[in-house]
Amino acid sequence: MSETILTVEGLRVGFGRKASPVVALRDVSFALKRGETLALVGESGSGKSVTSLALMGLLPPGGQVMAGRMDFTDRAGTRHDLTALTPTRRRALRGPGLSMIFQEPMSSLNPLFTVGDQIGEMLLLHETLDAKARRRRTIEMLELVEIPGAANRVDTYPHEMSGGMRQRVMIAMAMICNPALLIADEPTTALDVTIQAQILDLMRRLQKDLGMSILFITHDMGVVAEMADEVAVMYAGAVVERAGVLDLFDRPRHPYTRGLLASIPDPDPKPDERLVPIPGSVPPLTMLPKGCAFAPRCPLAEPACERGVSLTEKAPGHFAACIHSEEVA
Amino acid sequence: MSDPLVSIRGLTKRFETPSGTVHAVEDVSFDIPRGAIVGLVGESGSGKTTLGRALLRLIEPTVGQVIFDGTDITGLSAARMREMRRRMQIIFQDPVSSLNPRLKVGDLVAEGLKAHGVGSRGERRDRVAALLEEVGLSADHMERYPHAFSGGQRQRIGIARALALEPEFIVADESVSALDVSIQAQVLNLLLDLRQRRNLTMLFIAHDLSVVNYLCDRVAVMYLGRLMELGPVGPVHRTPAHPYTRALNSAIPRPDPRAARNRETLTGDIPSPLSPPSGCVFRTRCAHAAPVCATERPTPRAAAPDHQTFCIRYEDLHDA
Repeated sequence: MSETILTVEGLRVGFGRKASPVVALRDVSFALKRGETLALVGESGSGKSVTSLALMGLLPPGGQVMAGRMDFTDRAGTRHDLTALTPTRRRALRGPGLSMIFQEPMSSLNPLFTVGDQIGEMLLLHETLDAKARRRRTIEMLELVEIPGAANRVDTYPHEMSGGMRQRVMIAMAMICNPALLIADEPTTALDVTIQAQILDLMRRLQKDLGMSILFITHDMGVVAEMADEVAVMYAGAVVERAGVLDLFDRPRHPYTRGLLASIPDPDPKPDERLVPIPGSVPPLTMLPKGCAFAPRCPLAEPACERGVSLTEKAPGHFAACIHSEEVA
Repeated sequence: MSDPLVSIRGLTKRFETPSGTVHAVEDVSFDIPRGAIVGLVGESGSGKTTLGRALLRLIEPTVGQVIFDGTDITGLSAARMREMRRRMQIIFQDPVSSLNPRLKVGDLVAEGLKAHGVGSRGERRDRVAALLEEVGLSADHMERYPHAFSGGQRQRIGIARALALEPEFIVADESVSALDVSIQAQVLNLLLDLRQRRNLTMLFIAHDLSVVNYLCDRVAVMYLGRLMELGPVGPVHRTPAHPYTRALNSAIPRPDPRAARNRETLTGDIPSPLSPPSGCVFRTRCAHAAPVCATERPTPRAAAPDHQTFCIRYEDLHDA
């Protein structure tokens, strides 16, 4: 039984005026075990990125955590309540505690500094090493993320690298303080598939070698199948289903998860098989329907769905927020 | 293939830049049969978008011919090309930046009709209303501006716009790549319906092989400006005859957690189109490269009568 490194309970995040905020996350709960990968999957506007920003304390201006807990356990076994950190404590935790990689490596790297300077900055902030030792550690880290000719590449600028190489630099920067938890927000979405395959392989290897947990945010069910141990499916700011990866793909219990799986073109299609799209589109957060937010697009919707529904355990370790999930399964 | 609507012959597009010549598309030839959807796949820098635009003469090809319904359009005068454009249209990737935000949807869709002087004002309005309904929107949407629509709806507007002049041929350039999967599936099904209803011929440019396998009849695989493989989607997918296609295929993450994860991972990055490798452009990343691959330009080899590969070592690798 491995220990839980991150527990999120009833997380509620709003934007705008305190009196009448736009609620971007409604009662989000999940847990991540040490050394495992939890995939947060959802389409645009599902709230998956807001969740990661709330964890990192990087919500944009106007965004605030209105309710809920986010408990994180660092490598020394100390528990931190991420909702109640002072700015100083939070800065100290970023890097050795939790760190993050983003979708677009070009806009997350500073074009005016060499990649070595940017990776080394993490060491400057969090460790007491002299310049020579920092450089040595930086080069080792670049080797670890399989950048060829690391000793020379350390002095290059981001624009001199390809997209795949820049994402490796981002990973090196996120990993150099040996974080307990890596939050990866669509880290391969901007990359070509053959490069994506390289990066996913690299992340899996680093996770095993360094014993790190990963919160992997993606919209791609193929990537989920490949990377995740556990999956939380999000829709319109709420988790609608949570399960182990095999269980989720074998027996999806929420109609949205089923719809999502039926919308993906099979890489190995059978002739004349038609995709079954989900009708309509995601409602704006300001115009969510009463009760279940998915009901207007759901083939099983009925008046009772307006009364709302919360995430409940339908089978051991398998949670769904649907009054129909018995019939669905 | 008896009766292609579009024949591309030796199409080449080079761009002169301060740092040298970019070889964007080099000597590409293939046919697009009437009524078929041909997929053009490749990663960034493969030249697929340049090819799509050069064959509509949205940019001028450097060398080569595009024969559309028996006419070589590369030599046409501006006036004759303008007439020809009614028959060939394009749908762009980004439905936000390709629609003028200051025009109402009705005017956006009618723009082509107006430019070609089709019908009276009233007739054009009726036509636009019918088009919007055909793509799954409603006639009331005419009076609204693009910002009032979701990404999927905007892509439908782009499709209605492309259909307005009743073209026979459409180039769809990454037309579903920016959409969420549930919306992507709606648009893919719409394209299949339109093809059937209007007997459209299509070149569907994409980086996602799964989408191409779903939608297309044939597929052309490009890498660094050159054609690697060409054939019907089933055989190209199940028994790829080029090492690049095989790698591309095995790199797709399967939505199946039990799928074997032993894939052929390509090492390294795509080389610069400023100085593509000699011989076979893929050889620097190919696990099967031999000395001959550096000295000889691959010519097409038949894996089946309608299935070609540009791998020099095809016979060596497949007889073994």
